[in-house]
Amino acid sequence: MISVKNIKVVFGKGTPLQKQALNGVTLTIEEGSFVTVIGSNGAGKSTLLGVLAGDVLPSEGEVTIGHTDVTRKGTPARAGLVARVFQDPLAGSCGALSIEENLALAARRGESRGLTPALGAKRREHFRARIAELNLGLENRLGDRMDLLSGGQRQAVSLVMATLAGSEVLLLDEHTAALDPGMAEFVMNLTQKIVTERKLTTMMVTHSMRQALDYGHRTIMLHGGEIVLDVAGDSRKTLEVEDLIAMFRRIRGQTLDDDALLIG
Amino acid sequence: MTEKGRALSQIAFWGAVELGLVYAFVAVGVFLAFRVLDFPDLTVDGSFPLGAAVTAVLIIAGVNPWLAAAVAMVAGAAAGIVTALLNVRFRILNLLASILTMIALFSVNLRVMGKPNVALINADTMLSPFYGLSLRDFYVRPLFVGILVLAAVLAVWRFLESDAGLAMRATGANARMARAQGVDTSRQIYLGMAISNALVALGGALFAQTNGFADVTSGVGTIVVGLAAVIIGETLFGARGILIALAGCVLGSILYRIAIQLALSTDVLGLQASDLNFVTAALVTVALVLPRLRRGGAA
Repeated sequence: MISVKNIKVVFGKGTPLQKQALNGVTLTIEEGSFVTVIGSNGAGKSTLLGVLAGDVLPSEGEVTIGHTDVTRKGTPARAGLVARVFQDPLAGSCGALSIEENLALAARRGESRGLTPALGAKRREHFRARIAELNLGLENRLGDRMDLLSGGQRQAVSLVMATLAGSEVLLLDEHTAALDPGMAEFVMNLTQKIVTERKLTTMMVTHSMRQALDYGHRTIMLHGGEIVLDVAGDSRKTLEVEDLIAMFRRIRGQTLDDDALLIG
Repeated sequence: MTEKGRALSQIAFWGAVELGLVYAFVAVGVFLAFRVLDFPDLTVDGSFPLGAAVTAVLIIAGVNPWLAAAVAMVAGAAAGIVTALLNVRFRILNLLASILTMIALFSVNLRVMGKPNVALINADTMLSPFYGLSLRDFYVRPLFVGILVLAAVLAVWRFLESDAGLAMRATGANARMARAQGVDTSRQIYLGMAISNALVALGGALFAQTNGFADVTSGVGTIVVGLAAVIIGETLFGARGILIALAGCVLGSILYRIAIQLALSTDVLGLQASDLNFVTAALVTVALVLPRLRRGGAA
């Protein structure tokens, strides 16, 4: 379960570049629900994800993940609750470490790390089985450095990494945006499979309206740091990409009008 | 080859090996800071003589030389923590933070010793029990230091391949990812800098005990020597896992000393002791350029 209440985030406070990135966002995502988030550049999607992950601490409001108030907790302190896949395939794993070392690192997310060898026989076996499920042939390359993999392979491994340790929520930050269409589809299918099998509470930020409507149970549109659309259930099923674009245009038009007024 | 063999007497050769092994601790420390944590740390120019100073003063005060070396390691760790504090807590650029600590340590070392140079003539050292056995002194020293180096390398290797060590490696390789995995990267920098400088200080402590003195100026250029060893090791072995890299540091350190000894003792080149720094710079440059040339030739 995720619950954010009246979250406000201001970047560059007191400077000429001051920007209200989130302006009183309130949102509850039930356990096991898969929510997709869309919005134009600067709408606040990434900031909202950052607030949940701990990278961005809000100036106002409350964040609860599971049953823990994490409002003031930094990223490492809440890592046990949050699994995450980044947009940049290079960001979510260590290129200089081997595939299995990355997996070992992720397997202890949010737990204490002692002097136990990171790659015991038992763990290796477990990693091999999990990677074999991808059907990418990577199970025979576990000792290879991560930076030898393609972007798509890295994102697929990142998804496995995200599920090695338990978590309350899975955050996906446009995790297929940097991939070619074929690989993007593969990673999305894998995402769907993992989220369904493990009944993960998931929030996926995406640029693709098609993706936003095709996956998950609920879609949210952000604009100007506020939630301007929140659809689920039957009304979402009948929604088409064209409808979303029309709404997008309408909202954008409004702001244009506002600007025109301002200049006038 | 025979000419070189003659140019380098047996005593000079084993002396170079011994010094290389002493500085292997520096090389491993520098490897931890520069390569594992990606933290360019110049503190070592201060923590090496700090280790020597602390050991020398304690031994003269009658403290057990093993305990003296242990205290030197603690002092080195403290120096590393100061650098980490300046960087993590006060947001001073890592390189600059380490320069500040290094400069401050020069004064600290003078205070510790009370004078620029402390001699350990006739004092009991860690090596005393092993002298006068069947082996000659110039074999005993490298053998003794070598065993300690082996123990240190195995310990660091074991650590870097553990869960805790993996967290440290991730901190240096991709801090954002490490934090997302629940690694407190600030704490890793404190820990890594402490271990690194403790090893360097142990090198200083052994330097004092094998050479019989501690000198406040003995730290000058420690970082270059350590880096030279790391780079020579990498040039020879390439990147093939932690243990190989650590072995490369040790071998790089020994080869560096032998190369220096050769350069200085070959009359043909007309070099003298004061040319040491230039030779060092030239060696490091060669070690840096060589892999690039080789790659260029293959392409």
